[in-house]
Amino acid sequence: MSTSPDSLAHHPAGQTRKGLSTLSLQWLGVAPFLLFALLFLILPTATLMIGAFQDADGHFTLGNIAKLFDDSILSAYWISFEVSAASALGGSLIGLLLALAAIQGGLPAWIRPTLMTFSGVASNFAGIPLSFAFLSTLGRMGLVTVLLRNYADFDLYGTGFSILSFLGLTLTYLYFQIPLMVLIVTPAIDGLRTEWREACESLGGSSAAYWWHIALPILWPSILGSTLLLFANAFGAVATAYALTGSSLNIVPILLYAQIRGDVLHDQNLGYALALGMIVVTGLSNAGYIWLRSRAERGRE
Amino acid sequence: MAYLTINNLHKRFDDHVVVHDFNMSIEQGEFVTFLGPSGCGKTTVLRMIAGFETPTSGQIRVGGDDITHQSPQKRGIGMVFQSYALFPNMNVTQNIGFGLKMRKCDGAEIARKVAEVIKLVELSGKENHYPHELSGGQRQRVALARALVVEPRILLLDEPLSALDARIRKNLREQIRDIQRRLGLTTIFVTHDQEEALTMSDRIFVMNQGRVEQEGRAEMVYTQPATEFVARFMGNYNLLGAADTHRLLGLDIQGHLAIRPESIHVLDAHSQQADTLAGTIRQHQLLGSIIRYQIDSGGVTLQVDRLNRTASDLMPVGTEVRLQISRDDMREVR
Amino acid sequence: MKSTSRLGAWVAIAIGTLYFLLPLIATFEFSLKMNRDGYSFEAYKVVLSDPGFQATFGYSTLMAVLTIIVGIVLVVPTAYWIQLKLPRLRPLVEFITLLPLVIPAIVIVFGYLKLYNSSSWLPLTGNERATDFLLMCSYVTLALPYLYRSIDAGLRAIDVRTLTEAAESLGASWPSILLQVIFPNVKSAILSGAFLTFAVVIGEFTMASLLGRPAFGPYLQLIGANRAYEPSALAIIAFMVTWASMGLIQVFARNARPARKTA
Ligand SMILES: Nc1ncnc2c1ncn2[C@@H]1O[C@H](COP(=O)(O)OP(=O)(O)OP(=O)(O)O)[C@@H](O)[C@H]1O
Ligand SMILES: [Mg+2]
Repeated sequence: MSTSPDSLAHHPAGQTRKGLSTLSLQWLGVAPFLLFALLFLILPTATLMIGAFQDADGHFTLGNIAKLFDDSILSAYWISFEVSAASALGGSLIGLLLALAAIQGGLPAWIRPTLMTFSGVASNFAGIPLSFAFLSTLGRMGLVTVLLRNYADFDLYGTGFSILSFLGLTLTYLYFQIPLMVLIVTPAIDGLRTEWREACESLGGSSAAYWWHIALPILWPSILGSTLLLFANAFGAVATAYALTGSSLNIVPILLYAQIRGDVLHDQNLGYALALGMIVVTGLSNAGYIWLRSRAERGRE
Repeated sequence: MAYLTINNLHKRFDDHVVVHDFNMSIEQGEFVTFLGPSGCGKTTVLRMIAGFETPTSGQIRVGGDDITHQSPQKRGIGMVFQSYALFPNMNVTQNIGFGLKMRKCDGAEIARKVAEVIKLVELSGKENHYPHELSGGQRQRVALARALVVEPRILLLDEPLSALDARIRKNLREQIRDIQRRLGLTTIFVTHDQEEALTMSDRIFVMNQGRVEQEGRAEMVYTQPATEFVARFMGNYNLLGAADTHRLLGLDIQGHLAIRPESIHVLDAHSQQADTLAGTIRQHQLLGSIIRYQIDSGGVTLQVDRLNRTASDLMPVGTEVRLQISRDDMREVR
Repeated sequence: MKSTSRLGAWVAIAIGTLYFLLPLIATFEFSLKMNRDGYSFEAYKVVLSDPGFQATFGYSTLMAVLTIIVGIVLVVPTAYWIQLKLPRLRPLVEFITLLPLVIPAIVIVFGYLKLYNSSSWLPLTGNERATDFLLMCSYVTLALPYLYRSIDAGLRAIDVRTLTEAAESLGASWPSILLQVIFPNVKSAILSGAFLTFAVVIGEFTMASLLGRPAFGPYLQLIGANRAYEPSALAIIAFMVTWASMGLIQVFARNARPARKTA
């Protein structure tokens, strides 16, 4: 590099150029990862999205999207939405209460780590084995069903209940939704500082005032965001529902599964549209989750 | 009759006693300081006064009423926390107005009082800021305002300045003291900084291991420490054991003899005055307006402070001197 | 007031315990009833000696191990590089690693079937080995959120930059920096990510079923559709595998602390 004094003015520019070239070399460090993500995550998804707007010959069409609004498909989305929303709302409410009880309930210290470990297990205990477990519990021959019939003289299935129904599926989903909520809301509850409660008390606020004016407003974004994450989690789940109900329950993931297997529909591009619909739903709720989480973090001192 | 009295307060956590036999009484409008090293139980006593901890035994009375087992909400005692504890979901106005809202004051009154106190703590213009948008000193003033606005019977401040830098500390120190005087608030201030305690308080309670070691007016505690602990904690006292005292001064004492460094007079080696000790200068340190000497006298090293008036005042290492200590400046401590 | 809230807490925990233990108890009880004349472990005997069980469980275990290895090789250098040289890319990479939570597994595998079918430019579904590879890649994708998060947290906990510079100034090459300096210090984070991955992959159904590979998940589904008692036994076995994975995470998380202190 030149050493004349007036070249000092150009120095920064030279550095930028050098910086750029090392930057492009540095990109190589993440290239394998980006390539992998492109091949096995982004391109496959993108090709479906494009396919959703094409007919069998590859011409642009909105026909597939329009078919999503057929009654049978719309109702599948609706049932999926209901099950996901119910298990997400129930899961986040119960999970929140459990986490609060374990962390702030004044219970013995061993409760909390036990709950956390168990939540780690149960939130991953989804899928087929979970459906087996619930069939053994609440199925026609399940333990609870039999016990209720023999000892409480209560015919569960006589009430119209079925493990294959909306209620049964929601109860089953809660088994992994509640622990997931416990895991993701715990850091937020830990963020509640005891001094806030004490400051509130010394200013004359009751326990209810503390929850209403301070704790809940602070936790609110986290709770809502977690609920959205739970929703997306349930919306995309295939295995549990499939093992539980076979193809008998008309929810979107199962519809799509059957479509891919070629059991029911034979319209590839409609399948792409179904997939697109799922991504839109889960994408929106995840975007909501990320937005709310960043809000929750910003508010903290 | 004292306004706040504490009798035989004890606090045990599991099996270790954190506060024992704690007694104190303060007058209405007084500003007192708890001064003591880390872990001596200052916060614990404060939290018992505020009602966040239940004493193992003992009694706390305010204005004649026993409040030992009253809930914190009913005590009307304001607390400013070391970590501010501002509600992050509320802005400055809402934070300060919270206590009034809990007391069911009407909106107009809340607005008026909040505006008043915001002016008092000099936070005008920050009304709509959230805690994370404020500096440390501003947050601390919001915390102070929040505690003040409900007109508490007693104000407790737990090391409110320890997280701030030196200049803001000094500033806020004066501001707090000024507001306290103006409102005539009975105040307990916790600190482990002796300078802070000396400059602010009417009275100081020096605490050690869960009990009051000495209490008294600031200048008394400083000039007349009652125990070795206080002497060590309050200043750079020279502390002589009984044997050294006997050998050097021919005095028989129990415990220790405490001598402040500025009360030792340095005379030149040929001085004919009676009752002086021979000494040799071993070291000197320039501390701005004073020079601190380490002087060896009969095998004991004494610290001696002298005013630094002119450059020629500095005595070189090795100089032989004579030391004069007045009887009045020697204190026997336990 | 304190005691009523504690009572509420106990009630919440008790109801939660009931809800979570009942299905396990019921499943276990059911799995013992294969013999008409009383409880026995007959169902477990039948399951464990079924060649189909051994083959599919072995296959899924192998898949899980491969997934973990490939996942680590892919994620550790990336997370390290992001932290050291390209912090500006962090949001992008974090976004990508979160995508598998956004895009349901069934959609991803559907995309594979469209993109890599036997008549495409890269016919990965053409033969069995290639499909195994594709399945493994799909599992790496599923594991990305878990692996990346735990490894990134592990790297943040140590001072990656200083460690790297110290190693560089001592003349270490890039491979030996990674293998001898960085890896050992984030070992426990890697391991906990690995066990989580194992728990996710071992019983995975959707991907394996739609790619037509003989994995444990589709086997479970098949047994569930055709047998009575064996599924319960399998559910208990699967639960214990999950529990073991989580338990090992706890063990490594606990051991991580002293290890970090000496580092
Ligand atoms: N909830 C508690 N459980 C058990 N021990 C406690 C609890 N709170 C305080 N202690 C113990 O009581 C002692 C006094 O604590 P305290 O907080 O009152 O000290 P402090 O004088 O305020 O110290 P610092 O100047 O560091 O704030 C300490 O040894 C501390 O470990
Ligand atoms: Mg303290």
